[in-house]
Amino acid sequence: MTTPLTMSATLLAAATDTGTGEAVTFWLLGPLAVLASVGMLLSKKAVHSALLLAMTMLCLAVLYLAQDAPFLGVVQVVVYTGAVMMLFLFVLMLVGVDSGDSLVETLRGQRVAALVAAFGFGALLILGLGDTIVSNEGLEQANADGNVVGLANLIFSRYVFAFEVTSALLITAALGAMVLAHRERHVKPLTQRELSVQRFRGGQHPAPLPSPGVFASHNAVDTPALLPDGTPAETSVSRVLVARGDVRRVPGTLPPAELEKRDDEA
Amino acid sequence: MNPMNYVYLSAMLFSIGAAGVLLRRNAIVVFMCVELMLNATNLAFVTFARMQGNLDGQVIAFFVMVVAACEVVVGLAIIVTIFRTRRSASVDGANLLKY
Repeated sequence: MTTPLTMSATLLAAATDTGTGEAVTFWLLGPLAVLASVGMLLSKKAVHSALLLAMTMLCLAVLYLAQDAPFLGVVQVVVYTGAVMMLFLFVLMLVGVDSGDSLVETLRGQRVAALVAAFGFGALLILGLGDTIVSNEGLEQANADGNVVGLANLIFSRYVFAFEVTSALLITAALGAMVLAHRERHVKPLTQRELSVQRFRGGQHPAPLPSPGVFASHNAVDTPALLPDGTPAETSVSRVLVARGDVRRVPGTLPPAELEKRDDEA
Repeated sequence: MNPMNYVYLSAMLFSIGAAGVLLRRNAIVVFMCVELMLNATNLAFVTFARMQGNLDGQVIAFFVMVVAACEVVVGLAIIVTIFRTRRSASVDGANLLKY
């Protein structure tokens, strides 16, 4: 025999229950999205962060599709993973892959404080939501004419003013980006003669940089050439390869630390 | 499954994004974390629309996406401009308003 309380609980559970297929989708993609975003937070290289963020966004797009929001799911793929993430990757390309994160803590204890704040905020949010009574009306009625038609009916009636303001915002953003990205030339460009003088007066390397090493086993650009004393020539490999940590040690030579030790012993 | 699970997921993603904004130094990564926070709110809006049985939440998520796109365009232009003058994309570097 069921008491009224448990009966109402089972009724509520039946009212808020979603289908099994949706539950499977959620429990597959939800943890994946969380893992990808934690990876984005922890990865050292900005490119990896960007790719992991794209993965999180794709997971969210599928979750939108599962929740009767096909239009938003498709827009998420096209606008976020398509346009916005490509823009991020373009800017990473412009700024350079070697713009790594500095690991120096400028404010003491800031990292711990930030972690505590984020954890506390998340815990408060989730615990605060824990007691809410949930309804699950479903969108069958609202999506009766199709999701896109339903959204269009709302956007062009109740939200038409917001929609118009959005167009103004988009134009302003495009103009702002153009103004910020435009570079005015304040000084006249240097001639070839002036550039040459500058190169020699500067005391830097006036000649071309040394080419990478050519050995019996490796002759690729990631292998540094050797100087007469047996140490690798740092300038013979590209700066980008050094930043990515893709430089090969010359086979048959000792790593720099060993060389120093040998010098000390000698 | 209770649809509130979506809201819990959204809260977790939002907190991870907030942690990223506070922890990371690279301006571009900070920006990506802001994007993650916006995505998390969108998930909450879509879930609320489904719970309430009307499409208003989805319309608001749509507007959030538009505003986020504008924000990305202007923000990345600012980052590129700062990088051009300072040769660094670290948020610690830009502590002066001029030069």
